[in-house]
Amino acid sequence: MPAPTVKVLWLQGGGCGGCTQSLLCHEPRPLFAELAGAGIEFVWHPALAAESDHDALALLAACADGSQPFDVLCVEGAMLRGPGGSGRFQRLGGSGEALHSWVSRLAVRARWVLAVGSCTAWGGFSANTPGNPLEACGLQYEVDTPGGLLGADFRSAAGLPVINLAGCPVHPGWVVDTLEKLALEGLTVEELDELGRPLLYAEQLVHHGCPRNEYYEFKASAQKPADLGCLMENLGCKGTQTHADCSLRPWNGQGSCLRGGYACIACTEPGFEAPGHAFQQTPKLAGIPTGLPVDMPKAWFVALAALSKSATPKRVRENAVGDHLRVRPAIKKGQK
Amino acid sequence: MSRRIVLGPFNRVEGDLELSLDLDADGRSVTAARVNSPLFRGFEQILVGRQPLDALAIVPRICGICSVAQSAAAAQALAQLAGVTPPPNGQLAQRLVQATENLADHLTHFYLFFMPDFAHPAYAGRPWHAAVAGRFRAGSGSAVGEVLPARARFFHLTGFLAGRWPHTLALQPGGSTKAMSSAERIRLLAILREFRAFLEQTLFGDALEAVLALPDADALQAWAAGRAGDLPLFLRAAADLGLERVGQAYERYLSFGAYDLLPAGIRQPGANGAFTVDRLETEKISEDIRHSWLTGPDTLPPAQGETLVDADKADAYTWCKAPRYADQPAETGALARQLLAGQPLLGDLVARHGASVTARVVARLLELALIVPQMEDWLRAIVPGEAFCLPVELPDSGEACGQVEAARGSLGHWLSVRRGHLERYQIIAPTTWNFSPRDRHDQPGPLEHALVGLPAGPDAPPTVQHVVRSFDPCMVCTVH
Repeated sequence: MPAPTVKVLWLQGGGCGGCTQSLLCHEPRPLFAELAGAGIEFVWHPALAAESDHDALALLAACADGSQPFDVLCVEGAMLRGPGGSGRFQRLGGSGEALHSWVSRLAVRARWVLAVGSCTAWGGFSANTPGNPLEACGLQYEVDTPGGLLGADFRSAAGLPVINLAGCPVHPGWVVDTLEKLALEGLTVEELDELGRPLLYAEQLVHHGCPRNEYYEFKASAQKPADLGCLMENLGCKGTQTHADCSLRPWNGQGSCLRGGYACIACTEPGFEAPGHAFQQTPKLAGIPTGLPVDMPKAWFVALAALSKSATPKRVRENAVGDHLRVRPAIKKGQK
Repeated sequence: MSRRIVLGPFNRVEGDLELSLDLDADGRSVTAARVNSPLFRGFEQILVGRQPLDALAIVPRICGICSVAQSAAAAQALAQLAGVTPPPNGQLAQRLVQATENLADHLTHFYLFFMPDFAHPAYAGRPWHAAVAGRFRAGSGSAVGEVLPARARFFHLTGFLAGRWPHTLALQPGGSTKAMSSAERIRLLAILREFRAFLEQTLFGDALEAVLALPDADALQAWAAGRAGDLPLFLRAAADLGLERVGQAYERYLSFGAYDLLPAGIRQPGANGAFTVDRLETEKISEDIRHSWLTGPDTLPPAQGETLVDADKADAYTWCKAPRYADQPAETGALARQLLAGQPLLGDLVARHGASVTARVVARLLELALIVPQMEDWLRAIVPGEAFCLPVELPDSGEACGQVEAARGSLGHWLSVRRGHLERYQIIAPTTWNFSPRDRHDQPGPLEHALVGLPAGPDAPPTVQHVVRSFDPCMVCTVH
């Protein structure tokens, strides 16, 4: 039975285009075949559609006045409202009109509105420049405060707030799974977390499935870039506080930030762009990291860390501070 | 009486682009062009006041398509500041990650951004049109379903070597954070073999080495005739449309040099139609803001550059600055890189007609044939077990510059540090060169110059589009 057609309109705001580039890495099926199989098609996408210039403007105008129906509005990139509320930091080429005002007009026509990437969800680096001279915001958030371009009370025609596919960039699977969920079953507000992120990727922590798990257990910590040890204690890793399934759902076939040897900088969380400390350093108070794992009382963390450090096997302790295995796991003798 | 038309949104580019074209009295050809980058993101301000290593997390977010190149420029500048050189493994790993992005970018550009214009109904009567449209029509052409998996599989190299793409933190001033095991090296060689097979079977229809050996334009046309493959298909359409004679800019080419393989330099017109190749003197680079929505002195070297907004400035028409070399506009990109390296086929194409749509496209695809075998060598040169990354200590104050080649051309980061924090950070990206506006001498930028004389207006074929896309615009990089 062919699935009903779901039409997606995509716009790019003040971002780097990286979420589209990431999306094109979808596997195993090529993106367009995958989406077509679920009955999803693009009405227009700035990087991929044929229509340019007048044809594109006519199509967007038809979407805005309701004569060209569409279901999902995907927006990628921050909403740049400056300078002085004029929107001149980003005008939609050829239209003379601020990009954010196109987004506002189109959002009220959509059954669902998706903020693709952390720029669109929370405002991105632009919103975290001191003083926010760009007057940047997300679709429904100003960094971590509800509001943004569309306002805290905005609900799309399907009755949902903006669906925040936060991440910098977004994982292709987060977009494709969400679009297919909308097309095949719809989505309820109970399937979003408190920040509007689909639970299908945001009910995990980056810590879950981390390949450095054994080092974490023993607080056997990396001291410098390329070390194999846990990145939490010294190198700024926020995997224990960051909502995403990056360690369970590989990136580019094989990878993740942690597998690549560098810290999770919490790119799915609002405000990650301005953490108040160097990205690759762990802020500490009296030697204890200030950003403890979510759900973990500080006293217990301190007690467990002290205990596990005292129990660290030599293998784990030594391997943690080099870039390749120096001590292999022992082979148990006399095992039945 | 001339009239002006505005083209936009100019899609299938990375980011936002608007063209303003003055047409002749008949309204049929371009007499002057102005290129507007209608998006300002203020990245240089975002960096000021941060700790220097934070640049590694921030600058990849300038651009989702040359994110690694931005990382590499920052890492190189920070390495210079610290006075460190990454160990051989680290250099090889960085180079592999950079090359993966650059080559994937050439592929994305050719298949998804550039070729769909040839499916345009204006070409419906041409003998090649049905084949080209069936293969490259946006979103539904048969090539899309082949190139996307090939591209995604090729990016597995980045999954292995840099965690993910885009926006990795693996490239550091001391090297790369991901040490490779010998098992991983075997897997990576297999990925390269798979990518080579795609290029040879689908893009070229021939061995990479055979493509690289083509000596001149005649040999290229003879090679393409009757051959199955996407480059031969393009060449047949391009020859029919005369695209080897369309899109010339200033014939001044600039490259910062790449992979210790393609040299840095500036190639300029000399006397009697000859050209000179000179050593690149970075101190001759400046940025001009006369026609940008920015305020301050008209021209400054990037090491002293400023980015101060004036959205109401008279005579300004873009957020992009105008980089100049010795006060002259220059073109940068794959064609510039390989001309400076003395590539014979491209040298012949340019000697006959100057830079053109055909020459720029061929240059990008030849780079795939040139660099994939190099990547195989770099991988074999890695020694598992030896260091990939050195620890780095940054001085409290200092100035540095990182210069790399992104897919689209020369990318420079100029930074200064005072009291442990970034005091200034100025970026000149390839698109800033190629899509620059006029300067204080009213010299148009390379694309603005290349568009003059082209057919335009309601019934014109999409020649303007071909020329614009031949420069492979990445407008998000014009970040000022």
